[in-house]
Amino acid sequence: MDVSQKVMEIIAREQHLDPGVIRIDSTFEQLGIDSLDGVNILFALEEEFKIDIPDAVAQNMKSVQQVVDSLTRVLEGKDISDLVAMAKGETQPAAN
Amino acid sequence: MIFTSWGSNVRRVVVTGVGVLAATGKEPESFINNLIEGRSGIRRIQQFDPSALSVQIAAEIPDYKGTDYFPAKRLDLIDRFTEFGLIAAKQAVESSGLEVSDEERPRFGVMMGAGMGGARTYELGYCSLFAKGATRVHPFTIPKSMHNAATSQICMEYGAQGPSLATSTACSSAGHAIGEAFRHIKFNLADVMLAGGSESPVTFGIMRFWESVRVMATGNGDPSHACRPFSADREGLVIGEGAAVLVLEELERATHRGAKIYGEIAGYGLSSDAGHITQPTVDGPARAIRMALDEAGINPEDIDYINAHGTGTRLNDATETLVVKKVFGEHARKLAISSTKSMHGHAMGATAALELAATLLAMDRGVIPPTANYTTPDPECDLDYVPNQAREAPFCAALSNSFAFGGLNAVLLVRKFQ
Repeated sequence: MDVSQKVMEIIAREQHLDPGVIRIDSTFEQLGIDSLDGVNILFALEEEFKIDIPDAVAQNMKSVQQVVDSLTRVLEGKDISDLVAMAKGETQPAAN
Repeated sequence: MIFTSWGSNVRRVVVTGVGVLAATGKEPESFINNLIEGRSGIRRIQQFDPSALSVQIAAEIPDYKGTDYFPAKRLDLIDRFTEFGLIAAKQAVESSGLEVSDEERPRFGVMMGAGMGGARTYELGYCSLFAKGATRVHPFTIPKSMHNAATSQICMEYGAQGPSLATSTACSSAGHAIGEAFRHIKFNLADVMLAGGSESPVTFGIMRFWESVRVMATGNGDPSHACRPFSADREGLVIGEGAAVLVLEELERATHRGAKIYGEIAGYGLSSDAGHITQPTVDGPARAIRMALDEAGINPEDIDYINAHGTGTRLNDATETLVVKKVFGEHARKLAISSTKSMHGHAMGATAALELAATLLAMDRGVIPPTANYTTPDPECDLDYVPNQAREAPFCAALSNSFAFGGLNAVLLVRKFQ
């Protein structure tokens, strides 16, 4: 399964947007996704992937790429303590 | 006489726009036409299969589809009761030709009643949690279901930034909302208000809850004749849904722009029975009527018509008859009284707004709508309930009564604008 494809599909569905306008580097702001829309998308992702996305991780999701990256790590069961720490303001985001 | 102490330094409030969405009509014109014709909007429930219920009838908006009115993205975030409120508000604003400038927005507010609020949304959330074992629920559950959702969405739609609130006093909710909006304009706290109520209580759970109170008319075999207020063979109330919104405007503002005036709101009375949680008293409602009369500064004999609370339950209709006799004395027998709930059903938190809209539209036409389905006189209900046939009778002053479960009463007094 291509996570990024699925994420873009879900964002399009939940925002009632044409899938063509959503790109991997789109930010939520560019797509007109506000904070309430954001929690709705997270809910849809949790339902789709049968996972729980911790609040701390959710706070870092402000673009399609960030959603895909965070989601991939949650799905692969990787350690996400750095994301949690970052959400709490304990560390700065690492450069890509 | 508390009202005399306010002196004459108060402003007059008129209704310049009406919006209605009800089982008996999806806009004011068909709504009042059907009420005058005595056509009931009560049918077998359409929104879900009601076969498992003992009461399988309600007054639903016929063939209602939210997608006929709203884009999909908007519908995601609003419960059915908010949809109804927005639709009625749009009709009211458009019919009034209302325009509000940016400078006026802080004195433009919205007050809407909602008895059950987003009960449908709660029900879906609980169903997924408890019945389906879900561990999380949809994140829009709270913003959709809160009782003020309709008020807030209407505020956002029209940029109303002034005094705004939601009332929840069961069957009186919209009466209190309209009354409070009226007073805000009268006492110079606002210039324009959208006021009314909206409700969508026809869900499986709520129907079951009402069944258990044993105040519902059954009548599954003949829905349109199920609700028979004031008739000796009455069996109870029938749940309805819908919304009505009025544009309330300070008189000079309305006349200055040449707005059509449906009538003047001249009095508002409210009281608490402080008696029983479901059984009405005579004194509580009587005090609310007297307060409305006092505020309007008119005599009981000047009232021509009462749009009754008239739920069709044994207790309400007999008690309301006693209330009218207590306040009006001999004049009680000269008044015309009707219950339009016999046709549009008991729309809970919206019902007082539907009934005030019916009263204003009827006053505009000079025709009193009937109490439908009246078959048999009841010794306990021995006044003139305008049985079955509308009456051509120009009237100048009328009351709309709302006596709620919980004993919180609201009475609105309207008169023809002169």
